[in-house]
Amino acid sequence: MLIRLNVNGEWREADVWPGSSLLAMLRDDLGLWGTKNACEQGECGSCSVWLDGELVCSCLVLAAQADGRSVGTVESLGREDALHPVQEAFLEAGAVQCGFCTPGFEVAVADLLRREPHPNDETIREALSGNLCRCTGYQKIMDAVHLAADRMGEAAR
Amino acid sequence: MSPRAAVERPAEASLRTVQAPDEPRSPLAGAIVGRSVPRRDALAKLTGRARYVADLDLPGAWHGVIVRATEPHARLLGIDLDPAFDWSQVVVLTANDVPGDNVVQFAVDDQPVLAIDEIRHVGEPVALIAAPDLPTAEAARDRVRLRTEPLPPVLDPLASDVAFARYEIAKGDLEAGFAAADLVIEGTYTVGRQEQLYLETQGMLAVPREDGGVTVHGSLQCPYYVHAAMRRALALDDARLSVIQSETGGGFGGKEEFPSGLAIQAALLAIKSGHPVRMIFGRHEDLVATTKRHPAVLRHRWGVTRDGRLVAQDIDVVMDGGAYATLSGVVLSRGTIHAGGPYACPNVRIRTRAVMTHTPPSGAFRGFGAPQTEFAAEMQANRAAEALGLSPAELRRRWAYGIGDVTATGQVLRESVAARSVLERAVEASGFEEARAATAQARARRAADDRAVGDGGRADHPRGRDEAEREHPAHGIGVAMAWHGAGFTGSGEEHLASVVRVEVTADGRIVLATDSTEIGQGARTVLAQLVAEELGVGFELVEVAETDTSIVPNSGPTVASRTTMVVGGLLVTAARRLRAEVEERTERPFAASYAEDAHANGPTRIVERFAGYPGVEWDDATHLGDAYPAYGWAAAVAEVDVDLDTGEVAVRRIVSVDDVGRTVNPLLATGQIEGGTLQGVGYATIEEARVEGGRLLNDRLATYIVPTALDAPRIDAILVEEPFAGAPHRAKGLGEIPMDVPAAAVVAAIHDATGAWIHDLPASPERILGALQSKEHEVSERTAADPEATEEAVR
Ligand code: FES
Ligand code: FES
Repeated sequence: MLIRLNVNGEWREADVWPGSSLLAMLRDDLGLWGTKNACEQGECGSCSVWLDGELVCSCLVLAAQADGRSVGTVESLGREDALHPVQEAFLEAGAVQCGFCTPGFEVAVADLLRREPHPNDETIREALSGNLCRCTGYQKIMDAVHLAADRMGEAAR
Repeated sequence: MSPRAAVERPAEASLRTVQAPDEPRSPLAGAIVGRSVPRRDALAKLTGRARYVADLDLPGAWHGVIVRATEPHARLLGIDLDPAFDWSQVVVLTANDVPGDNVVQFAVDDQPVLAIDEIRHVGEPVALIAAPDLPTAEAARDRVRLRTEPLPPVLDPLASDVAFARYEIAKGDLEAGFAAADLVIEGTYTVGRQEQLYLETQGMLAVPREDGGVTVHGSLQCPYYVHAAMRRALALDDARLSVIQSETGGGFGGKEEFPSGLAIQAALLAIKSGHPVRMIFGRHEDLVATTKRHPAVLRHRWGVTRDGRLVAQDIDVVMDGGAYATLSGVVLSRGTIHAGGPYACPNVRIRTRAVMTHTPPSGAFRGFGAPQTEFAAEMQANRAAEALGLSPAELRRRWAYGIGDVTATGQVLRESVAARSVLERAVEASGFEEARAATAQARARRAADDRAVGDGGRADHPRGRDEAEREHPAHGIGVAMAWHGAGFTGSGEEHLASVVRVEVTADGRIVLATDSTEIGQGARTVLAQLVAEELGVGFELVEVAETDTSIVPNSGPTVASRTTMVVGGLLVTAARRLRAEVEERTERPFAASYAEDAHANGPTRIVERFAGYPGVEWDDATHLGDAYPAYGWAAAVAEVDVDLDTGEVAVRRIVSVDDVGRTVNPLLATGQIEGGTLQGVGYATIEEARVEGGRLLNDRLATYIVPTALDAPRIDAILVEEPFAGAPHRAKGLGEIPMDVPAAAVVAAIHDATGAWIHDLPASPERILGALQSKEHEVSERTAADPEATEEAVR
């Protein structure tokens, strides 16, 4: 079936099989490899994207459900020469190791900071509890969130 | 096709150095070494541009799947293909199609690429299928019937009479030791299977070549392990075989030996079908089919004197190796050597075996046998402290190894022993003694309340506590230590004879080449830092060659905490020689003259081969001697809250202090400690791959639970530097030791909170409630007051 959606500000379409997930469409049909698949069961958050501005696990959303809607992926955040403040904070805090969880975390953190510009530890841990990281012990991810919040707060002032 | 350019150029942002202005600089830091240079691969990973194997978009690639056994033990009589299915659209392979030896090469040739006549575990690969798309491949897989005749499985490791390996090491006179002891501390401990749970599942892409050979791209730790295994099973020569590591989403040992079999399987399908073949595991298959940390049963008897000396250790260990030997022999060897903990003891006997059962094979996982055996040793140390009425920190001050002490294998520790310094830092940073005094008071108050209602001191009845008290969980604090030999055990490094290369190319670029893989730990960054420092050039000028066996030499596997110490050391020596050679020619500093020299005189290429650490002697036959050139040392203090009504544990804080010899990159090093610590906390509290009847029960991410940010404690990682003079850059390994130490600290903290000792990992709520309800609780309280009673405290 033909699915048309707005991805990162651009209308794209692909012919996918009816059971295809949004995650599979983004990766296999649209070549957006940044969004990762680590479980396909909604347990790890590696596939986090925005659907009409709402944070979702793209492995749990059918491509058909996203038809005509807008999707934001990690690729929308920043480029290597113009990093998003969240990406910059991850870099500086050392929150990236193997990197497989990173795109999902970045999207989830950017989403959190949009809703809650100055979260405390508890809020951060709660907000990120749907994203698994096996490398960092989450400590430097926590550091990165605080760093990004401070920076974005300053920039907004 | 190549997923990466032949050399990885450092990106712009890596020129910046991350260092908080108040970050104390180590006295051992140099211009580049000792600084938190941002990692090489960060920008690609942050922007989603990094290509893991599943992201390699190769048009026309087919999909490969594996037909797996569903029984733990059976005779394989035949493989039937459903005649109703159109088999012309797929490729099917069985053991008969393996052109070389039907063996996945490790130390022992027992594991077939595909089962021939006997099935030895659930999930064992029996046949392979490739099709142009995944649904077709999966449909074909469902139409394959295995004709089998069940055989009785061996499922209990203690009942297995097949041992993959056995060791016995002894020192001193055990009998005399126990005769001199006033107290005997005995315990039996069990530890469960643990899944590595790298976020990226196993995956391989095999591309057939015109010369009849094959190139594989994969998520893997050890390119030359894969290479050797493929050469053997596919009967291919080196010229027609390349192994390329794609960006790898975590390994932790899980991608040490396992990818070898998968690479062979993907390559077989690619060669047979004539198409590139992708084999990317879903999480369920990954959980079911891949190796886990060896479960173990550990029995200890320690003799101690009333004045607090450790005089005898008698230790028995049984590890469950599963159906095939894989790396069980070496896992067991490391576990054996570390089994007594970092404590000097004159009379020691350690007897161990790794046995066969009809369960999925156990394999490498960060720590490699040491987390299992050191957990039991630390339990013993903590229980001994309790029996003696000593602080567990004070006991360790007395017992911990120092310079000149002799280990169980007869190794004299001559240098770089940081046992006491890590302990002191951990005790101080955590406020251990003050916190311990406070928890003791809280415990006494609860006991008094319970007695007041005549409830016999039972903590499982909350009646004696007032409401306010009950709302607050019981708080506890505990300490543990660890040591971890860096590099391969014994003569392992000599047998490996690792090779590295550092060169100035004809066009004046500096390139280092090694097969050490970047698996998230920061190897590419750390190794480039070491070379840049030695050459006196900027970090950004050192390129790291792509991890492709047709480009890089065999520097050994990326395992055993050996990359920074062993491979890093070789690179430093190579860089030193390169610098000297160029400077001799140009009579100017290397940095100012190498480019010019290359243009005038062509490339300069230095190949360095491992030649042994000075003064290290080891006897393979007796398993005695200098087991490792150097050891890392660690101490951890854990704080927990335990809900006495539900048995639920929240780990609040861990202080982990780890000695690394010399720190190359503080940010990466503390990242290793934090990650290893949380894996250790998971091991202690919630993680267990439960196998029943040879079958994994929790085979989904929803049921095999790992800690989330909500479960994770605050982790304070502290680096201690006790330089190792045997390495040219004085650094030791760090990757594994943070995993060795948290479990026992957490269990000690649970004991401190509740008075109950949990002997079995994970310390689940059920086990904690069980222990609280059992007599043991009372016994341990009695022994604290009366050391004589300890002998009864056995279980
Ligand atoms: S892949 Fe979607 S939650 Fe894991
Ligand atoms: S960085 Fe590897 S899983 Fe998070």
